[in-house]
Amino acid sequence: MKIIRASESYDIVVIGGGNAALCSAITAAEAGATVLILEAAPKAYRGGNSRHTRNFRCMHSEPLGPLIESYSEDEYFNDLMKVTNGETDQGLARMVIRQSEECMPWMERHGVRFQPSLSGTLSLARTNAFFLGGGKALINAYYRTAENLGVDVKYDASVTHLEVDDGEVLYLDYIQREQSFRLSPKAVVVASGGFQADTDWLARAWGPAAKNFLIRGTPYNRGVVLDDLLRQGLEQVGDPTQCHAVAIDGRSPKYDGGIVTRLDCVPFSIVVNKDAERFYDEGEDVWPKRYAIWGRLIAAQPEQIGYAIIDAESLELFMPSVFPPIKADTIEDLAIKMDLPAQKLRATVDKFNASCGDTSGFRPTELDGVSTSGLKPPKTNWARPIIEAPFYGYSLRTGVTFTYLGLKVDENAQCSVGNRPVSNLWAAGETMAGSILGQGYLAGFGMTIGTVFGRIAGKEAAKYAN
Amino acid sequence: MLIDTKEEARRQSEICNACRYCEGYCSVFPSLHSNREFSDGDIIQLANLCHNCRGCYYACQYTAPHEFDLNLPAALAEVRQDSWEAFAYPRFVATHFQKNGMAIALATSLCFAALFVLTQWLGRGNGEGFYAFMSHDLMVVIFAPAFVLPLASLIVSLRRYWLAVDGTRIELSHLHDALRAAANMHNLAGGHGEGCNFEDEDRFTQARRVAHQLVLYGFLLCFASTSSGTILHYAFDLSAPYGLFSLPKLLGVPGGLMLTWGAVWLFRLKLKADPNLGSMAARNGEFGFIALLGFVAASGIVLYIVGQTAWMPLALATHLGAVLAFFLLTPYTKMVHGIYRFAALVRDAQRKTDSNSP
Repeated sequence: MKIIRASESYDIVVIGGGNAALCSAITAAEAGATVLILEAAPKAYRGGNSRHTRNFRCMHSEPLGPLIESYSEDEYFNDLMKVTNGETDQGLARMVIRQSEECMPWMERHGVRFQPSLSGTLSLARTNAFFLGGGKALINAYYRTAENLGVDVKYDASVTHLEVDDGEVLYLDYIQREQSFRLSPKAVVVASGGFQADTDWLARAWGPAAKNFLIRGTPYNRGVVLDDLLRQGLEQVGDPTQCHAVAIDGRSPKYDGGIVTRLDCVPFSIVVNKDAERFYDEGEDVWPKRYAIWGRLIAAQPEQIGYAIIDAESLELFMPSVFPPIKADTIEDLAIKMDLPAQKLRATVDKFNASCGDTSGFRPTELDGVSTSGLKPPKTNWARPIIEAPFYGYSLRTGVTFTYLGLKVDENAQCSVGNRPVSNLWAAGETMAGSILGQGYLAGFGMTIGTVFGRIAGKEAAKYAN
Repeated sequence: MLIDTKEEARRQSEICNACRYCEGYCSVFPSLHSNREFSDGDIIQLANLCHNCRGCYYACQYTAPHEFDLNLPAALAEVRQDSWEAFAYPRFVATHFQKNGMAIALATSLCFAALFVLTQWLGRGNGEGFYAFMSHDLMVVIFAPAFVLPLASLIVSLRRYWLAVDGTRIELSHLHDALRAAANMHNLAGGHGEGCNFEDEDRFTQARRVAHQLVLYGFLLCFASTSSGTILHYAFDLSAPYGLFSLPKLLGVPGGLMLTWGAVWLFRLKLKADPNLGSMAARNGEFGFIALLGFVAASGIVLYIVGQTAWMPLALATHLGAVLAFFLLTPYTKMVHGIYRFAALVRDAQRKTDSNSP
């Protein structure tokens, strides 16, 4: 393909069109730089995974906007250390946490609006600020702000290559409408996410089972730029074989199912595999603390699928999900409808029911200690027999949220090659989040990393370009 | 037809109920999220509660080309439209006018003609001013039924609606809440108070909210003007024409100007708005209705201006013809939305009271 040298010239090209990209572009444009955003998705799908997000985890010393009470740096940091098992760059993590507080007013100034904690998420009212309308509304507001600042945006524009030579980006190539273009901006910000939508890559990293995973977010995060830069020796960070995955409704679309595919029924169910056998303690902990490990548990089962079975008593104990459950009057009929061995499922349910004891202490919202006895694996909380018809079933599959492999950056969001910074290359958002999050995930922290590092990258790139 | 639109709205509502990101925009979502399953009545209530501000559409991660293909404002608009036809009395009249601007224009023309004939040849009174061309008694004979019959029809419709949405006993606090929501068009404020998404995709503006309130308050002023005239006529034996500093004029002139301005503004906004986020079927009828409403107000102002000239009889016939058409068509045009919307707000106030009490 013939490459056309683009006639426009920009101080800064931002690769990607999500939260981090827009925070960079806005900050750089406000510092006086001319900025172009290259978004691989069409306009209707702009915003990467940010369009599926809903909140921003924010430190605050007193009530701030919709956030109640306070959330100190240390508490925030400890929450992070708990989910990452210490796999965290402590210096960068504390910097992100500290800067989160000044981000909130910045976000509001640039068009983002917040709302009180959503129904069903009251536990986050102190720590997480919810976007009015969710992540796509945030993205829309940022695009408006950016365009008012004179930032140009090209959609359907996939960057294929950055030429890095001697510690400097010389040019970049992108494809738009089957035509290839070359640009030589003064500086580049990479904010184009992880590689989870490239299931071939995922299968190479994780194993062939990954072909059966569902991708919760955008199909456009294929890691093309990340791969291109890592091949040229840029410093990388994060376990290349790992991704963040949760258990979601097995009937969800392959890509972009987002929040509605979430299933919260597991603690009130028994979960079996294709052979109608249980394989893990469904009642180990409250769901928000366990949904991530269930992604892995399902991934380890035959054909990467599980089935949660509940009875009529439990149907209203969890948030409704996007697809109605499969319903039957007997366990055997439910098994047939779900393509499970009927006698086997009957036996598994009977065995579970027989091991349930006194259920008078059942408390759906707390660890109630209502457990099975003599069952392997046990169910250690919310263990109520499944006896009340009709019976309901949901299939469960592994849903990938993001990948950990990324570009290593310093506290200025700058990328490096060898031990030397690349003079005109910065990174922000999911594509560098592995620098801070080694494993696990803390709700709303991805948006915090994206906002903080997006702003830093934009500021540094503009400083360089000026 | 009726079943299909509700089925589609139900499908979409179930997806919304699993997401909840839009909870802060308007009254529809807290109401929607209080259900686990949606009966036909629930869907009809949501549809009439929806003010078509479109905030949820532009914020939605599941709009086309996504396979979930959400477009809640349009889905609810279709149900709303169908519900107005289903509850109308007599039903077949609504079927002819709701979606048909041409029928509205035709009916209005017939009213013009009737009034023109009356003022020119039949109705001459021996009063002064307007009454020289149409006696007060004749006006009453024409307009009293034209007011009372539609009112009776609306009462039937309202009762049908209330039964469909399982409305309960109305308390003063419910009316208070509903009146407050209508008075400031809370549901077109976007949750953050910056307005709605109507004229320019996802940009929030106050235009539609302000234009609507110009129409609403303009209409109420005009209505108050007519009422005050009636009271002056019967209770105080003061008959028209009234001077500029009389109650009917002080209420009617600003009211007429606001109504005209608001209607023109709404018409222009509607031209800019994406038709795919409303009821496509009713679009034509909605334009027809706004035009009629604006014409009622504008012709009233023209009548005031040319009241002392030779043009007066023509202007009188035109204005009275428009008013007649407007009243007669109220139960069968977009005008009826005010009744249902208010009922939906009252019902929503009941829901909130119920969910707050143990």
